[in-house]
Amino acid sequence: MTALEEKYAIQTGFRERMDEDELLNCMRCGFCLPACPTYITSGYDEAQSPRGRIALMKAVRDGMIEWDDDVDRSLGLCLGCRACEPVCPAGVKYGHLLEEARDIIQDYKNLSLPVNTIRKAIFQGLFPHQDRMQTVTGLLGFYQKSGLQTIVRKIGFMKLFPVHLASMEQILPKVPSKKDMMNRPRYLEPAGEKCARVGFFSGCLMETMFMDTNNSTLKLLQLAGCEIIIPKDQSCCGALHGHSGEKQGSIELAKKNIQAFEELNVDYIITNAGGCGAFLIDYHHLLSGDPEWAERARQFTEKIKDFTEILVDLDFHKKAELKLDHQIVTYQDSCHLRNVMKTFSAPRLLLSRINGITFKEMKDAGSCCGSAGIYNIVEPEMSMRILDTKMGHTKASCADTVVTANPGCLLQMKLGIVREGMSDQMEAVHIADLLLEAVQ
Amino acid sequence: MLPIEVKKMIVSVVGHENFDDSKAGCLVYSYDATPQFQAMPHAVVSPRDTAEIASIVKICSKYKIPLVPRGSGTNLCAGTCPTHGGIVMLFKHMNKILEIDEENLTVTVQPGVITQDLILAVEEKNLFYPPDPSSMKISTIGGNINENSGGLRGLKYGVTRDYVMALEIILPNGDIIRTGGKLAKDVAGYDLTRLFVGSEGTLGIISEATLKLIPMPETKQTMLALYQDLEAAAKSVSKIIAHKIIPATLEFLDQPTLEAVEDFAKVGLPTNVKAVLLIEQDGPPDLVEKHISLIAEICRQNEAVSVQIAQNEVEANALMTARRSALSALARLKPTTILEDATVPRSEIANMVRAINEIAEKYNVNICTFGHAGDGNLHPTCPTDSRNQEEIERV
Ligand SMILES: Cc1cc2nc3c(=O)[nH]c(=O)nc-3n(C[C@H](O)[C@H](O)[C@H](O)COP(=O)(O)OP(=O)(O)OC[C@H]3O[C@@H](n4cnc5c(N)ncnc54)[C@H](O)[C@@H]3O)c2cc1C
Ligand code: SF4
Ligand code: SF4
Repeated sequence: MTALEEKYAIQTGFRERMDEDELLNCMRCGFCLPACPTYITSGYDEAQSPRGRIALMKAVRDGMIEWDDDVDRSLGLCLGCRACEPVCPAGVKYGHLLEEARDIIQDYKNLSLPVNTIRKAIFQGLFPHQDRMQTVTGLLGFYQKSGLQTIVRKIGFMKLFPVHLASMEQILPKVPSKKDMMNRPRYLEPAGEKCARVGFFSGCLMETMFMDTNNSTLKLLQLAGCEIIIPKDQSCCGALHGHSGEKQGSIELAKKNIQAFEELNVDYIITNAGGCGAFLIDYHHLLSGDPEWAERARQFTEKIKDFTEILVDLDFHKKAELKLDHQIVTYQDSCHLRNVMKTFSAPRLLLSRINGITFKEMKDAGSCCGSAGIYNIVEPEMSMRILDTKMGHTKASCADTVVTANPGCLLQMKLGIVREGMSDQMEAVHIADLLLEAVQ
Repeated sequence: MLPIEVKKMIVSVVGHENFDDSKAGCLVYSYDATPQFQAMPHAVVSPRDTAEIASIVKICSKYKIPLVPRGSGTNLCAGTCPTHGGIVMLFKHMNKILEIDEENLTVTVQPGVITQDLILAVEEKNLFYPPDPSSMKISTIGGNINENSGGLRGLKYGVTRDYVMALEIILPNGDIIRTGGKLAKDVAGYDLTRLFVGSEGTLGIISEATLKLIPMPETKQTMLALYQDLEAAAKSVSKIIAHKIIPATLEFLDQPTLEAVEDFAKVGLPTNVKAVLLIEQDGPPDLVEKHISLIAEICRQNEAVSVQIAQNEVEANALMTARRSALSALARLKPTTILEDATVPRSEIANMVRAINEIAEKYNVNICTFGHAGDGNLHPTCPTDSRNQEEIERV
């Protein structure tokens, strides 16, 4: 496609596929602006605000302006954090608008060859296949264990990369061996009396790079009285695809996951990563146009819950004795956990029940840390500016421990700590790991 | 497009980074919160100080280019919609609180300061800036002054006009003037300050304002009175005022508005009654106590089916915040919300409610009503759809 054809195709795509009613639902009151991290960080640029982005989508759809690089930039810089949704009195479903827009752009945009190859490798070749995820994670493990990591660090190889990628390399967790990853349990008994039967959604990144955290989560669920099924044929949730304009890919994954869980007869399907949970809970929207799948998707999404909600529902925080050495703990919300799954009080309640610690709320804990899927890799500049603001609030809370509830946030907060040179004073952990430590 | 020499001149004043004539850059400043208005400006300019504003105004005046100052674009009268093109001027760099003067009880700000930021900043010093338009978490002081905005606390404390003491203004010819001052009694000469308040950016550009502050009231209490009859609610309003009580807030919300707001805010507003009055009183504790129980009694005498008092400040704030979302929340019902802003002497509020219902019936339109009942000011709002021409005519 020539640039002109591309422009025309995207414009047509917007006209045919963007939901006019949803666009019109925005009455342009501006109530969402103060909640938008890119609006604030860009110094109040309306093109970087939810209201501005909706207006741009609508203008392209209505033919009022043409699709061009500036429009692309505005949508590209959106974190997809969806902080604009819970604050919108009119109930505009911004996330759905953004997803559709990105899918249209992806369908027609001429990407440069290398970018296309990488995207293809990641979205089609890697994430949908748990075994390949294990191999890649395995390689990373080899890299860490073999001493290669030490050598690479010494010769400063990573210095050749953009600053944030170089620091990123330092904060990747120690990964499990491939053997451990292969031998995962499929069924776990409750520790005491059985209170619920749950399915566990492992997540591709969580089940490989963050396997320890999955183990902690499973143990906590057992302690709370859950009988746990971990179906083997489950797949990546599809969030990375969905947020990057690879809608078809995410639909395939959604169907696979629904199939994997629907026959299990479980009360809940549990996740421990806000990013996955929020995408799973949206499957009914993703599949709403498909008569064969719509109802099945609805039943699936009704069961999705974050593990912290279940722990609270089952009174884990009242029954278990939780204790840690004295430390100041603060909590950084996962955007999708908070804004889409509406889970924000359960994690705080659990943390506040740990004896020995002081829980201190940081300013704007609900605001994005700039991780946002692969945003911190594709939009490093904005991402790091947002992270710097976040680290300012984190430091002001005087926390020794920053708790998060999503792998992307966890890595980003670790990165923030490294960038601030505070590795010896502050630590970032997943809430499941901290809670389990408090039990033992 | 702007003439090329004009563009060059403006860029030389504000720099490239503060001049934008891209299509996307212009589009996002082509609207405000007014339904059915949109028009493209030719460029968007963000000056950094008063002198830069003056230079731009001079250029625009010389070349006869329309100039539209814009705060956060939340006004409902198309005041920032560049219907004749030209330049939209932003104050995103001019958003500092310059001084909080605790001796004279004033605050001096640049026009781009967000209303709520100002309110919170002075409250930290135990001072009070009462004007609180519902849009305050995003509206700017520049916009408030030019719309003479009022809010939930207007009944007792007045509107923005009552708090503007001094202004720095750039006139259309580029001259910079200062009006008023920090004087509590400032009576000599014409009251130019008041002329500019509410002028919607038509007389000049405000680049600085000094606002009056008052001491923070000691306590406050908030209550809801529930009604199954609209006119009974309206009558209670007149009765409260007739009892010589001026509450800080006295708001009216009808059932459809309650439903939309509750759907969004989920604060436990009653949706099974025809109307509620949201009432707040502030002041010394014993006075607040006395007034609230008296008001509760008046409401009950006037057919309130129940009276509920907020148990704590969190609950009270949640109710007020929910009320502030009313207009946007009504957009849940239909895509276009056409809001009216009608005021009658407060003794006539029951008649107004009746008239609104008659109009709704006569023209077969849906009208949701809420507003500052204590001021006699209600917002009958029609949820409609701008694509439905026939209905829009009736609306
Ligand atoms: C949901 C909702 C609720 C609202 N509730 C209320 C309410 O309770 N009470 C109320 O009064 N209003 C209300 N409004 C209307 C509006 O929010 C107010 O009028 C507000 O003061 C506008 O502020 P702004 O910063 O958005 O100004 P803008 O909309 O950007 O501008 C308003 C006017 O001021 C002019 N202007 C802005 N800055 C300057 C400057 N520096 N110099 C000269 N002229 C300038 C503009 O040209 C325009 O004419 C509401 C609006 C919405 C969408
Ligand atoms: S809060 Fe909702 S209706 Fe208001 S501008 Fe934002 S998206 Fe639009
Ligand atoms: S998703 Fe986040 S970054 Fe994007 S418009 Fe909404 S609040 Fe802003």
